[in-house]
Amino acid sequence: MLLNLKECKICFPIFQKHPNLVYLDSASSTQTPQTVLDAVNDYYINYRANIHRGLYDLSGTATQKYEEARKTVGKFISASSKEIVFTSGTTHGLNLLASGVQNTLQPGDNIVLTEMEHHANLIPWQKIAKKKGMELRFIPMNREQRTGNSYELGVSDIENLIDEKTKIVSFTLVSNTLGTINPAEEIIARAKKIGAITIVDAAQAMAHMPIDVKILDCDFMVFSGHKMYGPTGIGVLYGKKERLEALEPFFYGGDMVRSVSYEDATWADVPEKFEGGTPNIAGAIGLGAAVEFIQSTGFDKIQNHETQLTNKLINQLNSIPDARIIGLNSEEKRIGVVSFLLKDIHPHDVAEILNRDQVCVRTGHHCTMPLMKKLGLPGTVRASVGIYNTEDDIDKLFASLARVMAVFK
Amino acid sequence: MKQTDPIYKEMILYLYKNPLNKKQLADFDCSHKEYNPSCGDEIEIMIKFDESGKIIDIGHQGEGCAVSQAAVSLLTEEVKGKSKEEVMSLTEEEMINMLEIPISHTRSKCALLGLKTILFCFDRPSNKTN
Ligand SMILES: Cc1ncc(COP(=O)(O)O)c(C=O)c1O
Repeated sequence: MLLNLKECKICFPIFQKHPNLVYLDSASSTQTPQTVLDAVNDYYINYRANIHRGLYDLSGTATQKYEEARKTVGKFISASSKEIVFTSGTTHGLNLLASGVQNTLQPGDNIVLTEMEHHANLIPWQKIAKKKGMELRFIPMNREQRTGNSYELGVSDIENLIDEKTKIVSFTLVSNTLGTINPAEEIIARAKKIGAITIVDAAQAMAHMPIDVKILDCDFMVFSGHKMYGPTGIGVLYGKKERLEALEPFFYGGDMVRSVSYEDATWADVPEKFEGGTPNIAGAIGLGAAVEFIQSTGFDKIQNHETQLTNKLINQLNSIPDARIIGLNSEEKRIGVVSFLLKDIHPHDVAEILNRDQVCVRTGHHCTMPLMKKLGLPGTVRASVGIYNTEDDIDKLFASLARVMAVFK
Repeated sequence: MKQTDPIYKEMILYLYKNPLNKKQLADFDCSHKEYNPSCGDEIEIMIKFDESGKIIDIGHQGEGCAVSQAAVSLLTEEVKGKSKEEVMSLTEEEMINMLEIPISHTRSKCALLGLKTILFCFDRPSNKTN
């Protein structure tokens, strides 16, 4: 266990391979600790077999480890393992949900999202809304007198937007573009009064703050392993048991059935009902190890560390007259996902020069095109921190940004 | 202090700040808007042909990085006086060579956005004159 997060880099082999790497793109995908790599390898080397199928020992071990991972993930968010469905990621989870609830929706009903959704929590609902003749509504960002947008959702709008005709309320807990933590309690409380189904996109939150689905009291929650130190291609759909039971399956095929005739089939219990086909077994086991990695570090330490880095990022950006933060200007109500612009230099050109110094940031619209349009921006530069980042990384980022400004003088 | 950079040479930066043919055409035969979804760049091209089918005027609008803006400036100069067929025979390599800078795999989309837009443009006659 780590006593000091300053030494966290040693847990991640990529930083041994690239000792000068300044990785500030964890919001896109996090790096992988050795323990996760070991868990994945352990499956492939020592007990590789399909799950739920073979009577032989290897298959038994694989099944057992896969189900242990489900338990670990369940405990992590205070859910029972029956409420944990393994998916390929957040996008899969949201598509599964949009497809699975559609039979309960009527023309004239509405779906409430926010103005800061990732395309993954927008496009599936657009499709369903068009098909069903439903209205899409968006909880707007507060308007601020001075700067235009406040980068925070207007809590006062929630009351009116969510009404008797609202059937689904689906929103991101943390914006992947602005870093804002959204007022989940208020949104969910209002939705529950109406009886709407609540869905939380926790993709950006999982690695950075403790989450308890019993406290949140959402009906569903989705997230991705690769944004929380786990492997790619694995994710989770959490659902309250009775909500999962009421949902239509998404994939039909092997492993998700109770009995099948030539004419018909009945479904297995949850969560298997949603895990048709051979799942990402190594991925699930790796995700279990990633959760253990986060737990062994502890969220108090993680939050402390990341808040310090976020503060440093924000303060240094504020000290550059030509830099403009696109997001909240203090570390409150936000995480270490910091979007900014440098003069009128195109974000792509900023990132190109940062890359020469091995500084990795994301640029573009971050899969939130409507939000960018609303803010009147072609895109932003986004630096995002993870457990392995250090103050030195932030210093290197700013040294490199100084070079950008010198080139574009 | 001016720093030198392998990509951001004087010419590229100059064209970025002073783009060529960045104008709206009042009269054009075809136009098309194209996006680079990975970085949010957008380029709109308008083309006017003469009676013999050669490009007599071309304008572009939109926003982009230094590489895409410099590329579309150079390209719009290059295609003036050329026929559709001549422009269509331009290769991606020739486009990248016009920039005279090393273009990485990730930036090739920026360098080629203008060319892609012009090629689409040929298939989209504007309602105005058609
Ligand atoms: C808020 C949010 N939702 C959804 C996604 C999509 O996640 P994935 O690509 O893992 O399916 C992302 C990833 O960028 C995200 O940040």
